[in-house]
Amino acid sequence: MDSVTKIVRWIDYRLPIFSFMDHALREYPTPRNLNYWWNFGSLAGITLVLMILSGIFLAMHYDPNTHEAFNSVEYIMRNVNFGWFMRYMHANGATMFFIVVYIHMFRGLYYGSYKSPREVLWILGVIILLLMMATAFMGYVLPWGQMSYWGATVITNLFSVFPFGEGIVEWLWGGFSVDAPTLNRFFVLHYLLPFLIIGVVILHLVALHQHGSNNPLGIERKEPRDSIPFHPYYTVKDLFGLGVFSLVWAYFIFFNPDFFGEPDNYIPANPLVTPPHIVPEWYFLPFYAILRSIPNKLFGVIAMFSAVMILFFVPWLDRSKVRSAAFRPIYKWVFWGFVVDCFILGFVGAHSPDDVYANLGGLSNQFLGQVTTLIYFAFFLLALPLLGLYEKTRPLPTSLSTPVLQNMNKTPAMILFLLFSVGQLTSLNASDTPPLPHQEWSFLGPTGTFDRTDLQHGFQIYKQVCATCHGLEHVRFRDLAALGYNAEEIKAIAAEHRVEALNDTGDIIERPCLPTDKFPNPYKNEQAGRAANNGAMPPDLSLMVKARAGGANYIDALLTGYEATPPKDIELAEGMYYNLYFPGNQIAMPPPLTEGLVTYDDGSKPSINQMAHDVVTFLAWTAEPELEARKRLGYKVLIYFIVFTGLMYFLMKRIWARVE
Amino acid sequence: MTNQSIDYSPPPQKEPTRRDFLLLTTGALGAAGAACFAWPFIDSMNPAADVLAQSSIDVDLSPIPAGQAITVVWRGKPIFVRHRTPEEIKAAEQAPLNELIDPETDQARVQKGHDQWLIVVGICTHLGCIPTGNKPTQNRGKYGGWACPCHGSLYDTSGRVRRGPAPLNLAIPPYAFVKPTLIRIGTKEVAHG
Ligand code: FES
Repeated sequence: MDSVTKIVRWIDYRLPIFSFMDHALREYPTPRNLNYWWNFGSLAGITLVLMILSGIFLAMHYDPNTHEAFNSVEYIMRNVNFGWFMRYMHANGATMFFIVVYIHMFRGLYYGSYKSPREVLWILGVIILLLMMATAFMGYVLPWGQMSYWGATVITNLFSVFPFGEGIVEWLWGGFSVDAPTLNRFFVLHYLLPFLIIGVVILHLVALHQHGSNNPLGIERKEPRDSIPFHPYYTVKDLFGLGVFSLVWAYFIFFNPDFFGEPDNYIPANPLVTPPHIVPEWYFLPFYAILRSIPNKLFGVIAMFSAVMILFFVPWLDRSKVRSAAFRPIYKWVFWGFVVDCFILGFVGAHSPDDVYANLGGLSNQFLGQVTTLIYFAFFLLALPLLGLYEKTRPLPTSLSTPVLQNMNKTPAMILFLLFSVGQLTSLNASDTPPLPHQEWSFLGPTGTFDRTDLQHGFQIYKQVCATCHGLEHVRFRDLAALGYNAEEIKAIAAEHRVEALNDTGDIIERPCLPTDKFPNPYKNEQAGRAANNGAMPPDLSLMVKARAGGANYIDALLTGYEATPPKDIELAEGMYYNLYFPGNQIAMPPPLTEGLVTYDDGSKPSINQMAHDVVTFLAWTAEPELEARKRLGYKVLIYFIVFTGLMYFLMKRIWARVE
Repeated sequence: MTNQSIDYSPPPQKEPTRRDFLLLTTGALGAAGAACFAWPFIDSMNPAADVLAQSSIDVDLSPIPAGQAITVVWRGKPIFVRHRTPEEIKAAEQAPLNELIDPETDQARVQKGHDQWLIVVGICTHLGCIPTGNKPTQNRGKYGGWACPCHGSLYDTSGRVRRGPAPLNLAIPPYAFVKPTLIRIGTKEVAHG
């Protein structure tokens, strides 16, 4: 016995941690027939750990203070080493976590995993879901963008329907609106709750290991050969699943990081202006749709909360003796219908209640929401109890090891059906702006990089035109190195600008900017900006391309979309200009670009379209300076996980060959 | 539920099989991946790009009278810029090397032709306190340089430690003379990164 074994034995005799792990992760007898749907439990656990990890490192740089929260997130994105990676991993991780957990729960519903003796296991799972929702909601508030702020306002106001509601809401806020105290406590709770989740996850695992996993046939194991040890069979299968999952997650982190995000959240929170369309994160959309479809505040809120709470009662609502839907011919269809219903609810939640569906005979979004809400509750309150009484189930096999006559696996067909039904929904909403023309951008696509000439030209236009009114507060002069300028050139560019500073005697003086300074604001403060511009503050441009739906195409269209003579039926307000693409068509900014406005270094005089193209390229860079590094790293990560997944697949096939 | 399951472990084998090779490869790949994955998190705790970029400051020497020192902040650290008197220079040059805790000549600690300017990081090499002695009115200790208030280390007019517990001389930051009356501390240019 070598010394390591001795030490392990010594500890284990006093604290049986090693035998516990050995039992839980190695010898733990597991049904031999688990399919890939059983991968999602372990994936959820891994995602939880990765979320906590990335969250802790983000919290080291984040500042939960209403003045600095938004800026500190941008600071993480631009200055902290790999900050953009950690933030995108965390933001997309929330999405991944919910995808995995929802699939895990649908799996439980399909195979009846909540039935005796696993009711408590299911209930613990629902508690985890509730904690996750609270955590995700508060996490979304932290970047302190417009969606953060208004999401927080709307969700906390839900509590106003309860008795003493006003008091509860003010207590949640720590004030009379969402403000500094709210942000600070949300940060603390957002940090705390994941550790509570870990606690409940441990209970979830204890409950799981008490009776072992359910399985696709839904019958208990009877003979020894029905079970196989967890390791290596399911460890390797879980690792293979992890590889595939990582590929998906990495794709979003590196190549489409804002896919699930809202452009409005790149606008700093403004307590005086609500964005025109406020929507929650996608994973709350079905519940949001239920809330909205009921035209009464109290009942809407009750319905929304019930939609989650009803999950607690599923083990008792379902009266069927048979667990697995594989032997329940009617339930199987009802189940997939329910999945489609949830997707449609999500779709309804994402669109304005006033939208209509032309291909559904002019059905209004409001009405569709009401029907699907009804179906949602009917599934739990009618289908689950009644099917248990009236459904004729197919005969159950006698053991896991007796081959069952599987009729063709319908799952892929079902999923196609699901996607098709949701894809049929195209909503029309009245829009006052035409669709955006599509432009060619050097930086789009998985291999796109910023065109350096466009960047430098764009910077020249920013400097000579936009900078008179618009700031660039998240960009530092030294960042211009990415445009191809050398240190001396950057110094010279910085020195053209001045900032206020204190001299030795305490007077405010102006000194030339240094490369480490940020671009100074054109106005001393917001009041000065408004006073100089007819009451409309010219917005900061650092994040503009990310902060508008349509991104680069929208900004380009806006810059070139002015029309000197507006259509006859439009009455322009005082000091406004007609713009085809600006929401409402009336914009306070005068047409910024005119023919022959600037001369490029090569002597050419760019056209308006060329100028717009160049300045938008420059602004795309100020919004995403990490873009090129992100894609470069992304390729390495994808290649790694492709190799990893492939190897795991081979290993899995070899190991499982012994069982099959 | 049953606790006995059949033994599915592989039969004893004589030679390394293809599966061993596969296992080793996957293990190595997994370990390499985990190490690479850890790096961004570790690196995120290093100084951020903007902190690194505060790499150089210019200091105007003309207002510093002989016999005094000023403190400037470079990368968050105090830098002592001392205008030495001829006597102080002489004392520093004549200190016998074999009496020093951390032997170093005075010439090695100042720049050629700029003997009167001593530029050191003002952090005691014992445990990080800031020594006193920039002004003649402050305690400079018996070697005329600086005295650390925390555990009594003494430094001479070349910033060399003469009495412990500090083990090393005050560090010299990287700097260069731009003009005879202007120095730039921290000369490395840091680009965006
Ligand atoms: S820190 Fe200076 S003597 Fe201890």
